[in-house]
Amino acid sequence: MIKITYVTADGTEQPVEVEPGMSLMEVATLRGIEGIVAECGGGCSCATCHVYVDEAWQQTFEEPAPEEADLIEFLDEAKPTSRLSCQLVLRAEHDGLCVRTPASQG
Amino acid sequence: MIRPDTITHSGANLSRVLIVGAGHAGAATAATLRQYGHAGPITLVGDEEEHPYHRPPISKAYLHGDTGADLLRAPSYYADQGIDLMLGRRVESIDLDARTATLDDATGVGFDELVLATGARARTLPHPLPERGCWSMRTYRDAIGFRSVLESRAQIVIIGGGFVGLEVAAAARSRGCQVTVIEREQRLLQRVASPVLSDALTAIHRKNGVDVLVNAALNEVVASQDGGVEAVLLEDGTRLPCDAVVIGVGAEPRDELLQQLGAACDGGVLVDSSARTNLPGVYAVGDVTRREVPGYPGRIRLESIPNTTEQAKQAAAAITGRPAPPAETPWFWSDQYDVNLKIAGLLAGSTRTVVRGEPSSDSFAVYHLDDAGRLVAVEAVNAAKDFMAGKKWIASNASPSLDRLPDPSVPLRDLVPA
Repeated sequence: MIKITYVTADGTEQPVEVEPGMSLMEVATLRGIEGIVAECGGGCSCATCHVYVDEAWQQTFEEPAPEEADLIEFLDEAKPTSRLSCQLVLRAEHDGLCVRTPASQG
Repeated sequence: MIRPDTITHSGANLSRVLIVGAGHAGAATAATLRQYGHAGPITLVGDEEEHPYHRPPISKAYLHGDTGADLLRAPSYYADQGIDLMLGRRVESIDLDARTATLDDATGVGFDELVLATGARARTLPHPLPERGCWSMRTYRDAIGFRSVLESRAQIVIIGGGFVGLEVAAAARSRGCQVTVIEREQRLLQRVASPVLSDALTAIHRKNGVDVLVNAALNEVVASQDGGVEAVLLEDGTRLPCDAVVIGVGAEPRDELLQQLGAACDGGVLVDSSARTNLPGVYAVGDVTRREVPGYPGRIRLESIPNTTEQAKQAAAAITGRPAPPAETPWFWSDQYDVNLKIAGLLAGSTRTVVRGEPSSDSFAVYHLDDAGRLVAVEAVNAAKDFMAGKKWIASNASPSLDRLPDPSVPLRDLVPA
C-alpha cells in the first residue's frame, strides 16, 4: 500500500492508502475525494480531474501526451505544475505523494 | 422543503433525502449532498443490480471486453458516507402528503426532500419486433448481452444514426462485424450536429467499412423461424439480411412518477436553476428534466454527464441552503474509432458557422455563431484546444477574431484580446 494525500484549495488534507496500479483520478473518485470531478470517467476528455503536482514529483510521471497538454492549456487555473489526474498512474515510488486540487473544481 | 423540526440546535440540516434513481445523476446528488455537509439521512434507490456505474461506456468500452461495470465510487463509499443504497429496487408510488415512498417489495421509505433522478429509457419503434435479436443500449446488462452477439462476427443493422448508434457501429466494426446504419433523416446526427460534422462522420464511418444509408425508412424487422432476426426491410424495398438489430432512435424521459405526483412535465419534468420542480420539496436531476439553459432559447432536455453533475450541485445546494452554483456551458463528447468528438455549447440559435482546419483531415472544429454574432457552440473533432477555448469563450461571451479563425496555424490564444 502507498499513501497519497489530496489537498483542496482551502488546505483540507484528504489522505488515502491504496495499492499501486490505479490512476490518481480513479482513486479519488472511488474514495469520494473532494476537488476531483472526472466527468468523463478517465478518458482524457473533460479536464475536470485537474491537479497540481509539485516539481519534485513531476518527473516520476510520464510526460503529458499532446491531448492532455491541449486540454490543460485553456484551463482557467492552469499552472506549470498542472496535470490531469486520469493520466497519472500510481506506482510504488509514489508513496507519500501529495497533490493539490484547484478551487474551481468540485 | 425543510421542516423546522429537522433543524437541530446546532443548525445542522437533518432532513431525510430520498433520491429515486441511482445512475450518474442520483449518485452525484447523494455525493454532493455529503460534500456540502448535509447531515441528515440519504437513501438512494436504483432499479439495477450494479452499484452506480459509468454509462457512456455502454456503447463503447463495455462492448469490447469483460472488465465489469466501471463503478462511479467504490462499493464501500456509500456505507462510509452514511448513504443507504438500495439496489435492484423500484419506487412504485409516492405519497407527498405523508412524505413516504413505497418500493416494489412494499418497503416504505420516509423523506422530507425528494429528488427524482429516474433518467431516460430507449425510445421504442412502433413496428412489431422479433422476440430476440433486437437491442437497445441503455444499461450495462444491455451491453454485456450485445457483446456476445459481437463475438460471433454477426451482421448487424443499426436503426438510427445518432451518437449511440454510431458508437455501437464503431465498436461492432472493430470487433469484425458487418455493419449497416440506417437513418431516416437526410444525414447522420441531424438534430445535434452541423452538416459539416455529419458529413465528416459519415465519411469516417464509410472509410471504416460501415454501410451508411440515409433517407432510409424502416418498413419491417423480419423475424426468422426461431424467433430471431432475419432481415431488415426498408420502405423502398431494400432487404438487409442480418443477425441482430440495434435500435438507437433516442431516449424519452422516465417521468411517470412525477406526472403521477402532479409535477409540471413537458417532454421531461420542468425544473428551475435549483433543480426544483413546481412541487414543494421535490427536485429532479439528469436526463428526466427539461430546463432553461442560460444563453440559449427555450427549454431543453440535456442528455449528458456534465448536465447531471451540474444539476446534482444545484439540488444539493438548494437542499443544504447554499447559494445556487454558477451556470455551466453544456458540453458533450463521443468516441468513435480514433475520433474524439467534443461539443461545447448548443447549436440552437446557430445561424453562421466558421470552420477551422480541413473537415476531411483528422482534426478540425466548427464554430457556431448566432444572429448577434455571439459564439454559441464549437464542434471539435480531435481538437481539444478548440473545445477548451470554445467552452471558455462561450462562457465569457468572448468574440474571437473570425477572419483569422479558419487558419489552424494561428494560435487560438491570439484570436481574443488578452
